[in-house]
Amino acid sequence: MALDQSFVGRTYPPTAAYEVGREKIREFAEAVGETNPVYTDPEAAKAYGHPDVIAPPTFVFSITFRAAAQVVEDPQLGLDYSRVVHGDQKFAYNRPVRAGDRLSVTSTIEGIKSLAGNDILDIRGEVYDEAGEHVVTAWTKLVARAAEEA
Amino acid sequence: MTAKITYADVEVGTELSAQTFPVTRATLVRYAGASGDFNPIHWNEKFAKEVGLPDVIAHGMFTMAEAIRVVTDWVGDPGAVVEYGVRFTKPVVVPNDDQGALIEVSGKVAAKLDDNAVRVDLTATSGGQKVLGMSRAVVRLA
Repeated sequence: MALDQSFVGRTYPPTAAYEVGREKIREFAEAVGETNPVYTDPEAAKAYGHPDVIAPPTFVFSITFRAAAQVVEDPQLGLDYSRVVHGDQKFAYNRPVRAGDRLSVTSTIEGIKSLAGNDILDIRGEVYDEAGEHVVTAWTKLVARAAEEA
Repeated sequence: MTAKITYADVEVGTELSAQTFPVTRATLVRYAGASGDFNPIHWNEKFAKEVGLPDVIAHGMFTMAEAIRVVTDWVGDPGAVVEYGVRFTKPVVVPNDDQGALIEVSGKVAAKLDDNAVRVDLTATSGGQKVLGMSRAVVRLA
């Protein structure tokens, strides 16, 4: 069933802060095979002008996707998550995420489309630090594939 | 933010060093733990096949994380990345053997923008199939 268009523009409350830890960044960097010391060595990060180790560019998705769960699991929206695939992903950075950040995400439904029986949901996540400064925006397109004919 | 490549040194068409990233089932289990994405399509063959996939597939976000390394290894400072976006066009299928799959990524400068920024267009393939579409990064150079 097509999703309710009236949800477009709906913004969900900011998430509780996620504290970015050095060891979590290291774990993520190692999991994607990164060897750049800017992710693991605070001195190497400082040499590039960063106050502490920074996170790889896609690290923040773990945080924004958790925030998007508010949308995905909103019973009023009624998305069938078992049929969802990740369509597109985009980030626009004001600065890199770094160790010590306490990040909060505000998710907004930017668009709902129905195409050939597929529901297409565009979610924007605005990520702010503890001082209220914007860090990064994440756009996530989710596609709920049409249910197969019974 | 300090990139090791200068804006004056690059032109439209400048190619970045291509890289090949191996991915096995163990890689995916590790990525699941690090990212918190435990969707069974990324580690459970039976489940993946039940939902119509040919086999276990890599996390799209894993492929996205690998592809940008061609750019960040080029500029040195990953903090120089201003924008990065991809479309997930085909899954990276990861068989249960010692080899797994390979993700091959190349990139070239597609446009020179204002403020010392350039747009890099990336191409990512696995098993001869294009796995990312519209894969673009904007990076600020020195």
